[in-house]
Amino acid sequence: MEAFKQLTGIVTPVDRVNVDTDAIIPKQFLKRIERSGFGQFLFFEWRWDEQGNVIPEFSLNQERYQGSSILISRANFGCGSSREHAPWAILDYGFRVVIAPSFADIFYNNCFKNGILPIKLSEEQVEDLFQRTNANVGYKLTVDLENKVITDGADLTIHFDLDEHRRQFLLLGLDDIGLTLQHSDLIAAYEAKNEARLANRF
Amino acid sequence: MFEKIWNNHEIHSEAGKPSILYIDLHLVHEVTSPQAFEGLRMTNRKVRRPDLTFATMDHNVPTQDRFNIADPISKQQVDTLTNNCKEFGVKLYDLNTIDQGVVHVMGPELGLTHPGKTIVCGDSHTSTHGAFGALAFGIGTSEVEHVLATQCLQQAKAKTMEVRFVGKRPAGITAKDLILGLIAKYGTDFATGYVIEYTGQAIRDLSMEERMTVCNMSIEGGARAGLIAPDETTFNYLRGREYAPQGEDFDRAVEQWKALASDEGAVYDKVVELNVEELVPQVTWGTSPGMGTGISSTVPYPEQLPTENERKAAEKALEYMDLKPGTPMSEIPIDYVFIGSCTNGRIEDLRAAAKVAQGHKVSPNVTAIVVPGSGRVKLQAEKEGLDKIFTAAGFEWREAGCSMCLAMNPDVLKPGQRCASTSNRNFEGRQGRGGRTHLVSPEMAAAAAVTGRFTDVRNWEFRSEVTA
Repeated sequence: MEAFKQLTGIVTPVDRVNVDTDAIIPKQFLKRIERSGFGQFLFFEWRWDEQGNVIPEFSLNQERYQGSSILISRANFGCGSSREHAPWAILDYGFRVVIAPSFADIFYNNCFKNGILPIKLSEEQVEDLFQRTNANVGYKLTVDLENKVITDGADLTIHFDLDEHRRQFLLLGLDDIGLTLQHSDLIAAYEAKNEARLANRF
Repeated sequence: MFEKIWNNHEIHSEAGKPSILYIDLHLVHEVTSPQAFEGLRMTNRKVRRPDLTFATMDHNVPTQDRFNIADPISKQQVDTLTNNCKEFGVKLYDLNTIDQGVVHVMGPELGLTHPGKTIVCGDSHTSTHGAFGALAFGIGTSEVEHVLATQCLQQAKAKTMEVRFVGKRPAGITAKDLILGLIAKYGTDFATGYVIEYTGQAIRDLSMEERMTVCNMSIEGGARAGLIAPDETTFNYLRGREYAPQGEDFDRAVEQWKALASDEGAVYDKVVELNVEELVPQVTWGTSPGMGTGISSTVPYPEQLPTENERKAAEKALEYMDLKPGTPMSEIPIDYVFIGSCTNGRIEDLRAAAKVAQGHKVSPNVTAIVVPGSGRVKLQAEKEGLDKIFTAAGFEWREAGCSMCLAMNPDVLKPGQRCASTSNRNFEGRQGRGGRTHLVSPEMAAAAAVTGRFTDVRNWEFRSEVTA
């Protein structure tokens, strides 16, 4: 997984609450057996209408948001299905940061496995970011994970919270299977002790 | 109860880091596993405990000509699971076995789901298994790979919430109405970060299958998992099943399982209540499971909702659903009915729907399909003649699978079609692009199929006498 330290990028707004993973990546695109190539289908049904025409109002289709790497949205982002195809699509499209007032658990967890930084801010802070993004074409933020701070190069400075383990995990781009396997002896000891139960004997 | 299960499985903990939790049962399906197996191959890792790993194919499976998967990419995904299971030595219940079905219907049926187990699957509705008092939750594909390789997961401990159902369940109110009513009241993220324990007499009175319906939709309230303390109902369900402990082992297991229940006076981080006696049969009107109301109510006026975000979301939802505020729910006409899924695709669900459908005809404007949750559910239903009741009434009787719950197989709504569905999600496009999903119980779905609009099933017995 690619480490995440600092990033400056254009902000794209998706102004909805409860953005679910079906909307992020509809089921017809879950059939691939690779991890890559999902970005082209991100928010598919909001980007194109039923006839395949571009929906110009949707932010991802607007010129001003091209090349963006930071996504802002509303509460309960990533709810619904556990599909990791959702963060794969977000990453593959080019986003490395998602900012929202709250995230659904499984999606939040999946982000860290893929080098995406999900940032929780207050409703007021997110609303402020929406207003700034809408008001300024090409509005950019710098996200500094070392110092847990977001700036916009002008008057905005936001400090955000993040679990320290998760922060280290992203900063170092760790492989968590490798981390767990460091405890192989404990796993083996647990299995030895519980073997009867695991084999349905009590 | 959550603490007890957690403590029994935590094999390592360190301040400031997630714990390492041992996983007793890993269920695998074709959609969220191919990249995980590929990851093992790339790192030369094996499946640590193939004996604790069980697979089936459910999401892509056609419910008509099931052995001919027309979509080549769907077929590839199903074939990939077959090959991966062979290569890594994982037990697979494929389309040739009677046990194949929706993974969360199959697991309990085989007796794989026990009280006190930790259970994961790359599927958010893994919460279903919490009905047995197991700690069961959905994971992403990276974590599927993690569990395949290590039989463990790194997990931060969730907070605990008691959801207390107060009062006795009135006649005509189903388990689905309990959970839809709960989410309609508290929203789709009230339980984010929590493991729920459902309590109250109304929960005790539920059958095992009804409990699964409740726990299944815990995720729709945002919960990590939903638990119900095991009792005689649980033990009676499990006794004699293939993977349940046998003979004296079972009796000893029951003694251990009884000790899992939360201790008298256990403290939860949060407690919420729902008065069951006030519930009416639920129907959702919007594009999020929390956008629901009673059959006797009307489509809400967005401007009357408390927050700006809710108003905006409701406006968007009503536009997508093509509904006008103030419309009585019972006047909304439907085009399609789907009875099935891991929420409501078990034998009791089919019995309940058949009871409503018996002696009636599906409205000429409606297509209605019944998709059993597994091969065993289908077989049992056919033994009881339920298939005959359904087909006589004009329902289509299909093969087992996830089907129209997420419409990855050929069962898809056309744009603009309106569906009464016993599944768990009414998101935009979930059942097909432009499709409009209303979540209901199996009884309500069957009644809607007959009348062509949402109908209060509490009045059904009377109607049946008149029209039969």
